[in-house]
Parts: sequence; C-alpha cells; structure tokens
Amino acid sequence: MGPRAGPLWRGTLKTNDVSHPDYFHKVVDCQWACPAHTNVPEYIRLIAQGRYADAYMKNRESNVFPAVLGRTCDRPCEPACRRGRIEEQPVAICRLKRVAADLKGDISDMLPKAPEQNNGKRVALVGAGPASLTVANDLRPLGYEVTIFEKQSKPGGLMRTNIPSFRLPESVLDEEVANIINMGIDIRYDSPVTSFKSLLAEGYDAVFVGSGAPRGKDLDIPGRHDSDRIHIGIDWLESVAFNHIDSIGSRVLIIGVGNTAMDCCRTSRRLGGTEIKVMARRPRGYFKASPWELDDAEEEGIDIVINHAPKRFVVENGVLKGMEFDRLEWDAEARKSKTVETVFIAADDVILAIGQENAFPWIERDLGIEFDQWEVPIVDETTFESTRKSVFFGGDAAFGPKNIIWAVAQGHEAAISIHNHCQGVPATDRPPQGMNLISQKMGISEWSYHNDYNPAHRQKMKHVDLEERFRQLNVEVEVGFNLEQTAREAQRCLNCDIETVFVPKKCIECDACIDICPVQCLTITRDSEEAELRTRLSAPATNLDQALYASEALPQTKRVMVKDEDVCVHCGLCAERCPTAAWDMQKFNLLIQYAGTSCTT
Amino acid sequence: MPSITKPLATHPTAQRNQLGLTIRDYEGSMSTLCAGCGHDSITAAIVRALWEQSTPPHRIAKLSGIGCSSKTPTYFVNGAHGFNSAHGRMPAIAAGAIAANCDLTYIGVSGDGDSLSIGLGQLSHAIRRNLKMVYVIENNGVYGLTKGQFSASADLGSKSKRGEANRMAPIDPVRLGLSLGATFVARSFSGDKEQLVPILRAALSHRGFALIDVISPCVTFNDHNGSTKSYLHTRRYSRQLVESDFVPHADEIVADITSAGTTAVKMHDGSTVMFRSVPADYDPTDRAKVSAYLDQHQKDGQILTGLLYIDGESPDVHEMNRTSATPLRELDYSKLCPGSAALDALQEDYR
Repeated sequence: MGPRAGPLWRGTLKTNDVSHPDYFHKVVDCQWACPAHTNVPEYIRLIAQGRYADAYMKNRESNVFPAVLGRTCDRPCEPACRRGRIEEQPVAICRLKRVAADLKGDISDMLPKAPEQNNGKRVALVGAGPASLTVANDLRPLGYEVTIFEKQSKPGGLMRTNIPSFRLPESVLDEEVANIINMGIDIRYDSPVTSFKSLLAEGYDAVFVGSGAPRGKDLDIPGRHDSDRIHIGIDWLESVAFNHIDSIGSRVLIIGVGNTAMDCCRTSRRLGGTEIKVMARRPRGYFKASPWELDDAEEEGIDIVINHAPKRFVVENGVLKGMEFDRLEWDAEARKSKTVETVFIAADDVILAIGQENAFPWIERDLGIEFDQWEVPIVDETTFESTRKSVFFGGDAAFGPKNIIWAVAQGHEAAISIHNHCQGVPATDRPPQGMNLISQKMGISEWSYHNDYNPAHRQKMKHVDLEERFRQLNVEVEVGFNLEQTAREAQRCLNCDIETVFVPKKCIECDACIDICPVQCLTITRDSEEAELRTRLSAPATNLDQALYASEALPQTKRVMVKDEDVCVHCGLCAERCPTAAWDMQKFNLLIQYAGTSCTT
Repeated sequence: MPSITKPLATHPTAQRNQLGLTIRDYEGSMSTLCAGCGHDSITAAIVRALWEQSTPPHRIAKLSGIGCSSKTPTYFVNGAHGFNSAHGRMPAIAAGAIAANCDLTYIGVSGDGDSLSIGLGQLSHAIRRNLKMVYVIENNGVYGLTKGQFSASADLGSKSKRGEANRMAPIDPVRLGLSLGATFVARSFSGDKEQLVPILRAALSHRGFALIDVISPCVTFNDHNGSTKSYLHTRRYSRQLVESDFVPHADEIVADITSAGTTAVKMHDGSTVMFRSVPADYDPTDRAKVSAYLDQHQKDGQILTGLLYIDGESPDVHEMNRTSATPLRELDYSKLCPGSAALDALQEDYR
C-alpha cells in the first residue's frame, strides 16, 4: 500500500475519512458513478499517449466489453463528470473508450488464459449475455470448467438481439465474446433450459442465472390480438437480428419512448418505414431514452409525438388500419393529465416498446429458490446468491432491466461469490477494496501527468450520411473520433484521480495555495460544523454531493484548511505553489477485487 | 518557476462585481516569485480589493521600482497601465503621471529596499506632496533578490539566515510616515487578508497618499527561527490595534451601532471607514497620540497592525498646486502650451 493519509484528517465531517478508499474514489466522479468502477482517467491518459492496447486492457479489467460499451453504454459516468460542472459538456468518455477499442491492434497476448490444469469445479451459466460472459471471464482463468446454456444460435444475449447492427457491428461483438469463449468455455447453443430442476440434477458446483429480462411488456387494449402487424419491440428486434424479418410497412407507430423504442424506430427506417412516429404519453423531459439516442433518431427523420396515450387498435377485416389515441394535456410537473380529444393515426405496423421484465417459467417453484409477489427471485444485493445455496443470479435476471455495464458489474460480484462458495468461504466474505496513493511530483514544475487545462469543447461525433446509412441495415452510423478529435477530447479530462493530498503539520499558512487556486476551492478558516462551514468558504460549497476535505488544526493559528472538492480542476497549482510540500498531487489507484485476485491482507 | 499556466476555468458560480467582472478578470501573469512568498498574498489582496471596488481595469496605473516587490504589479490586473521605474524612483514617476492625469487610480508597489534605502528620499517627498495614490511597501526585512542581506527595516537583533544578528536600528515606515505628515498610515500582514483587503479598499478611496506597510515574509531568506518578519513571529507578536471596516459610498447602510469604541471617518468620496478600536481611547485622527501609542508598544516588541492614522482633511497634491480639474492630458494643446507670447508675458511678470 502507498502512503495512507489516515489519521491526519479529523473525522467530524462524515464525508472525509480519507483513510477509506471511498473518499478519494468519490472524487473521481466518473469511476464512482460507473457500476463497474472503470478507471476512466487512467485509460484516457493511456489513449492520449497513443497506448491504445494498454488503454483497452485497463478498460477490460473492469468492464470486459470495451468495444461494445464504447458504442452502446448508457454512460452513467458522463453526467457525473466534473468537466460538466466546469463547463456545460462532460468529457466524451464513452467515445474515447471506442477509440481505444478500434485502434488496439493485436491484444491476444494480453488476454487472460485458462490454466493448464482445471481446478476440478464445474459451473453452469444460463444465458450467454453480458452477465454470464463476465462470470465466465472471471472464473475460467482460475481453472473452473464453465458450461453456458444459450437458447439462441449465437452468443451475446441482448447485445446481439436488442442492439441493432447499425449501432453495434456484429464483428465487434463477435470479437469480444470470442475472447471469453475461446478460453475453453463449453457453450451449448440452441439449448434453452426448460427445467431448472434437471439442470441442478447434473451436479454443478454452482449455477449462475444470467438469462436477462427477455419478456417485452404487452399492451392489452382493444384490438391487440386482431392483427399480426402488432409487434413486441424486443422480440421484433431479435427477429431482425437473426434475419427472420427484413421489411416493415411504410407507416410505423412505435409505442413508448425508451432506448428500445429508439432502436425500433431507427431499425424500421432501414427496413422500409418512411413515416415513423414514436408515440409518447408524456411531454419532453420525461422520456426514458437517453438524450443522445433521441437526437440520433430525430436526425433520421423520426417524428416524436408527445402527449398521446394509446386507446385502441383499429383493425378492419383483419387488416391493421391504425390506432386511436387520447390526446392529453398535462399539468406543469406532468403528473396529472386530462384527455382533450381522441385522434386516429394511420399505421401499417405497430411496435410496442413499453418495457421488459424478467420471467422464469422454466424454474420450478419447489427448488428452494424463493420468488417475491411479482415473481422475481429473491437475490442478495451483495452476493447475488438466491435463497438456495450455490444458485446465483445476475444482470437483468436478478434485478430487472438495466444496462450492459450493470450486468458486467454484477457478473464480477457473482463470480467472487461463486469462487468463495466453491472454495468453502462464505459468499458474504467480500474482499475489501484497497487503494494506492503515489506522489506525481517529478521535480520543480514537473508532474507526471499533463496538468495544463485545455479549454477545448466536447468534440462532435461524425455520422455517416443519411443516404449511405439507410442503404443497408448494418452500416454503422457513428464513424468514431479521428486522431485529432481523440487528442483534443482526451485533453479535456481533468485527471480527477490525481488527488490533492494535504499534510496539515507542514502548513505555514502562507495562503499561496488559496491565492493561486483558479476555482476558489481552498479556504483557511476557523473550524465549525460542516453545514455552517460550507457557507463561508472562498466560494460557497453548495453542491452537497461533493465532499469537503477538512484538515485537523493547523500549527500556527489552529484554523483548518478546507477544500471543496466540487469543481477542483486538478491543475496541481496548490501543490506547485506550496513552499513546504504540505499539498501534494498523488495518483489514486482503486484496488478493485475480482474473483481469485482477492488480497488476503 | 512554474511552467504551468493558470487554468482558464472559473468557478461556475463566480460572483461578478458592478462592472460584471469576476475576480479572475483582475488577475495578472503567473508569479515567478518563490512559492509561499508573502508578496503573492498581497497581490491576491490587491486583486480582491480592486475587484470589490469595481475599479475598471483600464483606469488603473501600476507603478513600481526594483526588487522582488516591484515585480508584483505584473501579477495583478493585466488590463491596467504600468510603469516599472529605476530603483527607488517610482514616486517621481508617479508624481509625473498623477500630474498629467489625475483621473486614474494609482497603485505603487515597493519594498523595504526600494523605499527605505535607495528610494527613501523619493518616498519622503511623495508623502509630503500627498500624491493621490496607494503606496504599498511589501516589507520583509531582507534583500531577497540579492540572497538575504539585512534591509533597512530589519529589526535590531533579528538574525539573518546564516545566524548573524542585525545591529543597525530599523527604519519603520509607519513612524516615518507619521513624522512626515502622511495622511493615511496603515500596517498589515500578508497572511491576514481579512484585515488587509478592507485597508486597501479604504486606501483606494483616500484623497491623498495612502501608505500601507505590509509585513510580507520572505519564505526563502527570512522565515526562520531568528527572524522577526517570519510567518510565525508575525502571527505571535502582531496585535490588531484597530479593527477596520470599509463601508463603500454606494453600499452605505445606516445602522444603529451603540458600541462605545466605534469611530467613523468620512472619506472624501462619501464612503466611510469604521474603526472599532481595541483600546477605548485610541484616536486614529490624533497624530501625537498615535505616535505615543506606537512608542509605548514598540518597547514590548509588539507589531501593531490596522489602519493606524488617517487624516481626510489635508489637501492632496492637486489642491495644493491648484491644478486644473481636467486631466492635463485632456486639455487642448493651445491651453496646455499657450505659445511664446504668453511665455513672454509670464516672464515679464518676474522682471
């Protein structure tokens, strides 16, 4: 372990126990927000240095599918990014991730390998989606014999069936999935599990259920079952992915306005739809779809129609004519609505994209696996173990539909539990996270990171021309950043993992750090309770999500040094101008535990 | 010397002054002084005071001589006018500039070497003329730029970094100012912006020469155990004689203050300086009493800080010389130089 700040900091502010990895981890907003805690600043620095393979591998440690996620991630890191609080736009983290994946070259030597000898334990995984594949990725190198049961003829789960190929090219997905399967995973295609009881009877040491949330919600209104031109969104996307469907009528209505709806409308546009409307119940600002997915759909000429609630399907002589909607008027907060009129909108096809849920008709209810009132299995939120020992759930199968990155994060945790279980250690024995803090000072005015603030704005992703992209279903829309854009975007990262670390006993209270700080983060003042302290700092600390870093009493005046972490740009000038090196810039490295790497200290 | 430029990022909620400027609009270039130098803190205090006063950057003139202190005008208000004069000659340049253009806000920054050794004569006459300017002495008791010799303000018995004691009596700029009839005399400490910023704001509003002696530790040569101008020594022995608040003219709020020891001094521009004196009978407008008080406390080795003396009544250089209210630089050439006929007539008067 590196130098621990430890007892230098008083514990009166709940947030600033800096000896716990959480304190400095939270300063790295992107990493903290990422469910898999990917070390974002570190891989962005590697990209900036042109070390794409290293950047890719740094990514892969935690998120396993950098190329897939570099195109499709829901990006919880980006709204959290500190850059977004300094100016409007966060760093384009997701797009940079893709650059590393696109330019990585041959990484086969760097990938994890299966050992020569297996460890004698057998694990079965249900479904070959991101959660199961993560479990396989973590357990196979430890010598586990891993068997995956997949109902489709190809691996990838929703990454293949629900994400259209114009967003995620098949070859990209194939490569990352193969990197796992080629470690010697026994994967059985076209093998849906129809009886969990018989699977358990095969005597596996542990079973992991990563079967996703494969059931699209239906809309039970009049006329629903009178036509075969009404489709369930995720099933329809799956049929498109497997080439069972290759056309659609010219007028298409999409019901719902989440990310699946965006995929449905854009896919329809490529299969013959010319007049496509996405029907939303509520006004803008209340949509579930990510803003960038809405933008992309509208760029393709999709009409997003607000304030329309489906009333009935209009089917005449077995032919779908369209739908009737109640046009709604909402109050200011969009909580209550009233119907203004009923309108008819013509359509050849309707796609329902109003949500999905997990479903387990194939799990017998007498196996000791308890389900709650909504027929969802009861799963421990830390260990991902069900109420039956040796049976684990993860991904959408465990807690309902989320995004790929959550499935990956849960897969890692479940792999730790499975490893514990097979080694006779309780699943609840979680190896603790650790941290390293290493000074980045190289000499006078020399730091081992690029601390110049680059005022560049977020780079705009270039898209393929509309005509070209509609030519064929699988033309990838986003062309990726070019090298110049990559360099500029990487420079926008503030290196939040290069932390400001303060040693109170060295401070002579010369104010140099306070005077130089460009964003008024620092204050030396008399001590008091946090709430009051926040009001009288150099700049009021109004973002309560961001911690105050408050020192113990300073030697000369017994006042305290307080740093508001909120908008620190990590330029290092406080450390640069400190005559006594009381401030230092230290690289924070979160030591994340994975199955088998558990540090035993 | 830092190679890093200060990031252009500003705090997203940064406040703006009456001109719509943030405090960062009053910054200058990156300091090349030693890390931890008191002068940089004074620079930051000047930046804050000018920003709080909403002084337009292009209406400021920064003047200095030679020395570490005299580098500092580069480090505040990039948009201001500036003149870096010969060693100790800044007051003469200031006098000329003030004569030519009475409309600017003049800030002279000097040091104990520049003002109390080579420039002592210049300083004396600037005080006598009551030039309308703020004159900051960044006082560290040492010649930092030439590697640590005693300056004229080094205290008796104070030690150099190599251990030898100073045996020459110091020149105290505060007492110098008082004896020469200065109309605004203050002392403060670079490490105490809560005091220094209001004093600077009062000085900016003063109708005459505002002398501020600021103890500014030299972190490289004079911040050791035997020093009497170190951060630690100054914090230990400084006594805030008067707590001063500056109430700007525009923001004046009439409040019912009953505390006995409060003295309000009306400034020429209508703003007010409020003194809350620590000793009940301290009168900051009585030169003799202030002098006696300083004598008494010097014996105990105490460093009195605050706005020590103020006289808002004495005429400044322009009133003394009955100069034109219009800045000379704005006068028509024909008025400024009325021609040889007028010169002949003038000379005729002296015959």
